[in-house]
Amino acid sequence: MGYEPVIGIETHVELTTNSKMFCGCPADFGAPPNTNTCPVCLGLPGALPVVNGTAVEYAMIIGLGLNCEVAPRSIFARKNYFYPDMPKNYQISQYDQPLCVNGHLDVETGAGTHRIGITRVHMEEDTGKSTHVGEGGRIQAASHSLIDFNRAGVPLMEIVSEPDIRSAEQARAFVTELRAAVLRLGVSDAKLEEGSMRFDGNISLRLEGSEAFGTKVEVKNMNSIRSLQRALEYEIERQTALLEAGEPVVQETRHWDEEAGTTSGMRSKEEAFDYRYFPEPDLVPVAVDHQWRARVADSLPELPAQARGRYIEMGLDGPVATVISRDIEYGSVFEAAVAAGGDPQTVANWLTGEVTALVRRTDLSLAAGPIDGASLAELSAMVSDGRLSASAAKDVLAGVAAGEGPPAAVAEQRDLIQVSDTAALEPVVDEVLAANTDAIQKLRDGDDKVIGFLIGQVMRATGGKADPGAVTELIRSKAG
Amino acid sequence: MPVDIDIAKVARLARLALNDEELAGYRQQCEVILEHAALVQTLPTEGVTPTSHPLPRTNAFREDVITECLDREEVLAQAPERDGDYFLVPRILDEP
Amino acid sequence: MSDLADLTLAAAAGGLRSGDLSAVELLEAVHRRAAMTEANLHAYLTLDREGAARAAVGADAGFKRGADLGPLQGIPVALKDNMVTRGLETTCSSKILAGYLPPYDGTATTRLRAGGAVILGKTNLDEFAMGSSTENSAYGTSRNPWDPDRVPGGSSGGSAAAVAAGSAMVAFGSDTGGSIRQPAALCGIVGMKPTYGLVSRYGLIAFASSLDQIGPLARSVEDAVAALEVVGGYDPADSTSYPGAVPDYRSGLESGVSGLRIGVVTELNGAGIEPAVQAAVNRTLDQLENAGATIVQLSLPSVEYALSAYYLIAPAECSANLARFDGVRYGLRRLGENVEEMMSNTRAEGFGPEVTRRILLGTYALSAGYYDAFYGQAQRVRTLIIRDFQAAYEQADVLVSPTSPTTAFPIGARTDDPLSMYMSDVCTIPSNLSGDPAISVPVGLDDAGLPIGFQVMAPALGEPVMFRVAAEVERLAAFGVRAPLASSEVG
Repeated sequence: MGYEPVIGIETHVELTTNSKMFCGCPADFGAPPNTNTCPVCLGLPGALPVVNGTAVEYAMIIGLGLNCEVAPRSIFARKNYFYPDMPKNYQISQYDQPLCVNGHLDVETGAGTHRIGITRVHMEEDTGKSTHVGEGGRIQAASHSLIDFNRAGVPLMEIVSEPDIRSAEQARAFVTELRAAVLRLGVSDAKLEEGSMRFDGNISLRLEGSEAFGTKVEVKNMNSIRSLQRALEYEIERQTALLEAGEPVVQETRHWDEEAGTTSGMRSKEEAFDYRYFPEPDLVPVAVDHQWRARVADSLPELPAQARGRYIEMGLDGPVATVISRDIEYGSVFEAAVAAGGDPQTVANWLTGEVTALVRRTDLSLAAGPIDGASLAELSAMVSDGRLSASAAKDVLAGVAAGEGPPAAVAEQRDLIQVSDTAALEPVVDEVLAANTDAIQKLRDGDDKVIGFLIGQVMRATGGKADPGAVTELIRSKAG
Repeated sequence: MPVDIDIAKVARLARLALNDEELAGYRQQCEVILEHAALVQTLPTEGVTPTSHPLPRTNAFREDVITECLDREEVLAQAPERDGDYFLVPRILDEP
Repeated sequence: MSDLADLTLAAAAGGLRSGDLSAVELLEAVHRRAAMTEANLHAYLTLDREGAARAAVGADAGFKRGADLGPLQGIPVALKDNMVTRGLETTCSSKILAGYLPPYDGTATTRLRAGGAVILGKTNLDEFAMGSSTENSAYGTSRNPWDPDRVPGGSSGGSAAAVAAGSAMVAFGSDTGGSIRQPAALCGIVGMKPTYGLVSRYGLIAFASSLDQIGPLARSVEDAVAALEVVGGYDPADSTSYPGAVPDYRSGLESGVSGLRIGVVTELNGAGIEPAVQAAVNRTLDQLENAGATIVQLSLPSVEYALSAYYLIAPAECSANLARFDGVRYGLRRLGENVEEMMSNTRAEGFGPEVTRRILLGTYALSAGYYDAFYGQAQRVRTLIIRDFQAAYEQADVLVSPTSPTTAFPIGARTDDPLSMYMSDVCTIPSNLSGDPAISVPVGLDDAGLPIGFQVMAPALGEPVMFRVAAEVERLAAFGVRAPLASSEVG
């Protein structure tokens, strides 16, 4: 019998509020060290926190976007542990009365749709940042550390999933969908590379068919969605090997090493963490009444899953609909193109194909760039009515991206319009046929492969502008 | 009610480097105080909501506006040890 | 009165406005007094002579321009050294904050400066306001102006001693379990803890956040009112600040007590109270009855549990509040091989025994497996205490008791027995748990010539009736005695 992974994911998302969670310091990334600080976020003696009301609303937006219930009354708590980049040596967080509970997120994989439960969404504050000095910056070998408190107090949402995830692939799909949802909701920039979105995984194995849970291992330090998947795959392998050898899995926190592609146990603690949570006496409860909840719920933007459903109704196939619905920029360009008369599937194919390739190649930004709905609609129309060949269309797109103008103008300028007018093509075809009498004979004898060669000759003679369909028809009629 | 405190563990949690003699003294004093404080356990409180706050207020929110930060030099001037624009601490053994 | 340092705030404020005296003269008188008394009393940790002189000159200039910034303009005031003052050393009487220069002012300090007050300096306290005698100061104990061999009470002992001795005209302290009222009682002055939330805690170095309140120590009820008017009122920087307007406290001060119901709390009178103290309290009750009040005897059974609940709640909150003193950003640092050792060495060395004890107690009371039996249960008992008070205020307008079970005790008498020290606060702690206002007014002396305080408690935001009764108690007691050390002959 095989083992089944049981995975839960904790995701931390920094909010894009102007100011920090409990003080008026800027919450933005990249300021010179220790400049975005005040008595509150530095934990100076005597300072007191005051809740950023917008952060509460953003947390509600995430909660409602993840189908959570919003608690009519929630409170902050102090989570006590000492760490040098945490100014007060307690983190203001939420514990037994969080803002949002009991939600879910539906995610798509090749195997179908999976509903992943969301246990809770709660508010807390971020810590400062430590830089470890000496020995390549690794924590264990450093001689000392330098601390920058700019990030301390930035609003941080913790999104905890139920242990409903059953594979590394599902985990990848979950965080991809979650990231898309957060971006669509417009409350976080969710940049993995800047740490404004981070995740930890909890994973255990159990015998297939069993209801009991195995020993849980926490995996940290995954800096990308891909590394999350790799780390979980590694853990599944490691734990399977242990169990098959009859050895126990140790409950511990393990660190993902991106380069080595392995996880390793972190230094074992002398005692388990005892966070000594208690209600934060410096803050008063958050009460969300029906009106407030309704106002936020009514203003929620469309979520990726809803957009996906709509795109499928518009005629897209599932995988393409998923890709476009997960990216808010793709979604808006796609919808604009369809509104401008573009064929949905053609436009979607262009977006997920050539446009994506172009974006990767050239650092093109869809949001700012010249490739918009109107130009994609025009391009797809030109291809479907035969004015552009598929390969010429790629050149036109590059031209549009380079700012040369709308597709028709670029095609004109780059001289890429297909010739499908029989009168214009006939002399060229006649010329090619006259020069290739052997080939014509072969064609007449039933060797159909040779027509490709003939078409190629015509295309070369026209500089690739001839419409292959029209050329084929002409050759056949003339070879008769 | 006699109270038995693992004082060494508590001192570690509280980041207090105390020697054995000090630990023994604090343990004895804390146990005496806790035995007295344990009087609260004799009062029936079933169904009583705990009060963490004497003030019945909710939703004390701040507008999401940026206010002035402290001058970095004034802040770092108080640091026991600094390196340039950073606070400097001895090596950290663990991730949080 | 011959010496300006002995004026009440009200009298001085009148003189400043009539032009009979200047803020500079007033400051000089208070500085002269401090020069005579400090060697004996050690009320101050820091005297900011330059800052005070600048403020006095500024206040006088203001008066000349006709600018009236309120009742504290030109008045020399002292601040307990747990109130944050920008650029002026703030230590909480702890080694861990030796030399600390805060980069900001707390709200009370800001309002005092804006109100033209002349801030004299920072007064001594029990380290981090934990104690009832000022003996837990890392910088030496303060002494009682009525008898320098005795404690001034605590934790705001320095503030109380300064006001009683004339080295400050009014002072501010903080009261977590009686830390304003008890030293006021032991030093023969008025001390008042406002309703929780009435004075902003922003810039008050926290001991127990849900109990701490800043309040005045003064030579009269009227002076306490004036001081509260300046620092009180809503502050958006403190989420627990009361958002309403500050009511008028003055209009009732002359109204007397006729028709008021005064409740005597059974659990806080009699048992455990020194006979001389109880006798003075009873005499005051008779006077109040003669003045037209109705005296009612009331029982608040849960109040018996207040001390126990307090010694779980306050240490628990303090264990978290004091976690920030770790040698990273400010204050003391002791070396360590790694950051954990550095923090542990710093904290063990930086905190005195009482603070260490309370941090340990609180850490334990919050730790896994004990939370519900200790901290959780204490918070439920707190609810019961609040209910008992609410029920009592159905039957009485104010409640009364002695402020402290005893008068000032000799230095060293209770330092080896934490529990007996904690008993000093048995009458004052209930108001901190309920969040209600309370005031101590001196009503007499015991046989040893030591002052006795009478406590008036009122429901939340009941300061107007509390001040009204306190003012009548003050008139009836006609205390009017000055501490022996508050005279130019002693030094």
